[in-house]
Amino acid sequence: MKWDWSAVSGFMPHFWDGLLVTLQILVLGSLVSFVLGLAWALLMRVPSRFVTWPVGVVTEFVRNTPLLVQLFFLFYVLPEWGVTASALTTGVLAIGLHYSTYTMQVYRAGIEAVPVGQWEAATALNLPMGRTWTAVILPQAIRRVVPALGNYVISMLKDTPLLMAITVLEMLGEARLFSQQNFQFTEPLTVIGVAFIVISYLASLALRALERRLAH
Amino acid sequence: MPTDTLPNPEKSPERSSGELIRLEQVTKRFGDNTVLDHLDFSVDAGKHVTLIGPSGSGKTTILRLLMTLLKPDEGTITVDGQKLFPATEKERREARKQIGMVFQQFNLFPNMSVLRNITEAPVTVLGMSKDEAVERAEGLLDMVGLADKCDARPAQLSGGQQQRVAIARALAMRPKVLLLDEVTSALDPELVAGVLDLLRDIARTTDITMLCVTHEMNFARDISDQVLMFDSGRVIEAGPPEKIFSEPEHDRTREFLSAVL
Repeated sequence: MKWDWSAVSGFMPHFWDGLLVTLQILVLGSLVSFVLGLAWALLMRVPSRFVTWPVGVVTEFVRNTPLLVQLFFLFYVLPEWGVTASALTTGVLAIGLHYSTYTMQVYRAGIEAVPVGQWEAATALNLPMGRTWTAVILPQAIRRVVPALGNYVISMLKDTPLLMAITVLEMLGEARLFSQQNFQFTEPLTVIGVAFIVISYLASLALRALERRLAH
Repeated sequence: MPTDTLPNPEKSPERSSGELIRLEQVTKRFGDNTVLDHLDFSVDAGKHVTLIGPSGSGKTTILRLLMTLLKPDEGTITVDGQKLFPATEKERREARKQIGMVFQQFNLFPNMSVLRNITEAPVTVLGMSKDEAVERAEGLLDMVGLADKCDARPAQLSGGQQQRVAIARALAMRPKVLLLDEVTSALDPELVAGVLDLLRDIARTTDITMLCVTHEMNFARDISDQVLMFDSGRVIEAGPPEKIFSEPEHDRTREFLSAVL
């Protein structure tokens, strides 16, 4: 096996394209999972089985089926029902939805960890329920769960290559395309491997900085 | 002390007389344990009433029922003629405006500055302007001796300071009734006096009705118009502090006092 630097430089323009797509998936997918996960967590607290039961079933189902199957399902089955979206949009929604079923559990734990005295003080001050959530409970809950959410972002990064299966040209997709056209596999795969490590490392540094900033 | 930050007696002459709090036939059970059994209980406006008694006797339960942190299993509770139980959520919200509470564990909001802890409810519940709320909060912080701590976070304060902020926070809503639930129990001994002195001042200079659960018998003797001795969910003895503490009639009261004094 020979290492060919010219293959690296030949791959680099494609690499930058793929990197941009990977980062888009990661950022948008994370946002979807943060928002949707919080929505699930709040819905699970509605004191009615007509709400918690369906939400529980759907999220259990999504959490316990493979992301790859969900990607295929959304990509190939939804258009048959008349719902069409680009491969990237479909992929972002699928990965965001999948991870939202994990983040919802993180939020739940964070909400439950807020001392009951905080709820009592809010009642004693007659704060409306919405204000109690937005001003008192969620700021404290979210501060507690930032590290756990950050770990899911890093997990999600490692799942982004699955989107290749629905034709999204993220880093692995670009590497495979380049490899097949040039019969050079070592260099592009090594480049994206290093890129994954660098991104996770930078993300964990950013996460630690954020945690420090959020400390009381 | 800036008295304009406190409930003003002249503005509300009706507070100085008549029944403010009323519990009728209130029963509260926790599982099989009946803590309050058809309790009748009332407090007149402007009075300072202390509830004493062994733990588990139902004193704190009464405060928590009045603050609507618990629901009674049976009975009616009213404050200033407004229904707390049974009541619609709207009626309860309205009636609850008359009541403020200070907790054993302070329960300040750690994610807010000291100032915002105090202005939050006046702005969002009473619809007060931000400037007005800040002015009121600064007056109260001045009264509790923490004018320089506006921008601090609760975690940066000592327990005694946190409790004084919590008292200011409760008073900012100008409640007619202040519920004090063992407010010095979580404090280091050297910090207790500052909080009790503050409460004595408030009791002396305002017409606010106070309902305290405390183990500080000297404090109870000092500020109370009336002391109620609780045992097993019933008031077994009631009277002015001089009488309860000096010549208790009931054996249980004598036993209890000799254990805590």
